[in-house]
Amino acid sequence: MNKMNPASSQDEAPGPAARKAWMSVLAKSNPKDLNAGLAAFGALPTFDWLRRPEIGGVMVRGRMGGTGTAFNLGEMTATRCSLRLESGEVGHAYVQGRDTRHAEQAAIVDAMMQGPNAAAVQAAVLTPLSEAFATQRLKRAEKAAATKVDFFTMVRGED
Amino acid sequence: MYVAVKGGERAIDNAHAWLAEERRGDTSVAELSVPQIREQLALAVNRVMTEGSLYDPDLAALAIKQSRGDLIEAIFLIRAYRTTLPRIGHSRPVETETMLCDRRISATFKDVPGGQVLGPTFDYTHRLLDFKLAADGEAMAAQTAAPRIEPTPHVTEFLNKEGLIQTEARSEDTPPDLTREPMELPANRALRLQALARGDEGFVLSMAYSTQRGYGNSHAFVGELRIGKVAVELDIPELGFAIEIGEVELTECETVNKFAGSKVEPPQFTRGYGLTFGQTERKAISMALVDRALRSKELGVEMSNSPAHDEEFVLYHCDNIQATGFLEHIKLPHYVDFQSEMELVRKMRAEIFAAQHKEAAE
Repeated sequence: MNKMNPASSQDEAPGPAARKAWMSVLAKSNPKDLNAGLAAFGALPTFDWLRRPEIGGVMVRGRMGGTGTAFNLGEMTATRCSLRLESGEVGHAYVQGRDTRHAEQAAIVDAMMQGPNAAAVQAAVLTPLSEAFATQRLKRAEKAAATKVDFFTMVRGED
Repeated sequence: MYVAVKGGERAIDNAHAWLAEERRGDTSVAELSVPQIREQLALAVNRVMTEGSLYDPDLAALAIKQSRGDLIEAIFLIRAYRTTLPRIGHSRPVETETMLCDRRISATFKDVPGGQVLGPTFDYTHRLLDFKLAADGEAMAAQTAAPRIEPTPHVTEFLNKEGLIQTEARSEDTPPDLTREPMELPANRALRLQALARGDEGFVLSMAYSTQRGYGNSHAFVGELRIGKVAVELDIPELGFAIEIGEVELTECETVNKFAGSKVEPPQFTRGYGLTFGQTERKAISMALVDRALRSKELGVEMSNSPAHDEEFVLYHCDNIQATGFLEHIKLPHYVDFQSEMELVRKMRAEIFAAQHKEAAE
């Protein structure tokens, strides 16, 4: 297994809330879109693996009645990896599915977001991914809305 | 008694080669791709994910292809694969209240906030074969309307405000996991729900149906049924906070049952809960009914001898992989077993005939 990450002070630099947000966007992104975003961004930094991509299972939990005590529903596949850029930033990725390339690219972006090019990475990679995700959600919500029932009451003819 | 028997390797290899050829079928017909199965047989994929207890649509589609559409065989393949995966961790409990609902209906409240949203359902279709699907044709495009962006509240929360329905107890105890420790009875509700979630749809459906027909005496309403995607959050140990690692599509069903009260509870509505992967609403409703039936003891309701009230009967027979493993093993060679049975029957017959012969002679 990998060493414990010694760079916790570095991890805190961009703020956990911001990092949580971009790591979530990366995890939920379509791997093809992420790949396209990175390709458009240009040359990527080289890196060393701290933990090579590993495919595993995450036990998904639910709550009884939606709000009560937790129970184990079933697992989902996930892939994780950690790497260190030559400039020193450490990137982690946990992504749904078994696409090791997806995890690698997500970890590279996570690391780059802690470096000097964060704003450019945000604009070229993360913002388009967030927008694609939002659009996809909106399209489903629009279709669902079209199937919403409008009840009306028939007036009986008996006065 | 088990005795190793050699031989049959060639026959087995040839049987598997023929299986591969039969799986492909007529080569003048285009071969199915895994993405085609994933996209166009999505409800089969959902069932395999739910009962295989692993959310991965591509793997489930592959399993369906490999198993020639035998869904229990496909579930078996997924369960076997699942055991090879290292466990990365467990998610935070999914918050179904935040679900972006494709479908959300209530059979108890017509004018529920958020409305009755039918979604892509078979309900209200005429169940007439559609021969247009046999010809190549363009799919009808879905209509759109102004979307609902805000989360849709749970129906049971409205009943809860009046105190008319049981409140779900909430503890942060680590739930038992039957994939890690063997199931022990009596099971708590968390363990029952895990077993039912991965249980066979047909079995759980029949158990649920039996409670509706009077074997267990309960009358359930579907308070709410919702289908849609929710985010899955995982605590990341390296970082000390949780991130969303993906999204799963879930079907959630909450049933409400009238309950006249007991020594421990006042008259109120009680709840049953079903939660399954993908769009699998028959299974989720069935799960909720059986969950409620198995709660009879804790609710202080008089127990019946009905199968759906028998925790051991339900939990030990709902898993189709255990069931089919034990059932199908009897078709495998039992030559030595059977030889000893034959010996025994021959011996008993000989003894009885000898005794009869002796009687006749006396």
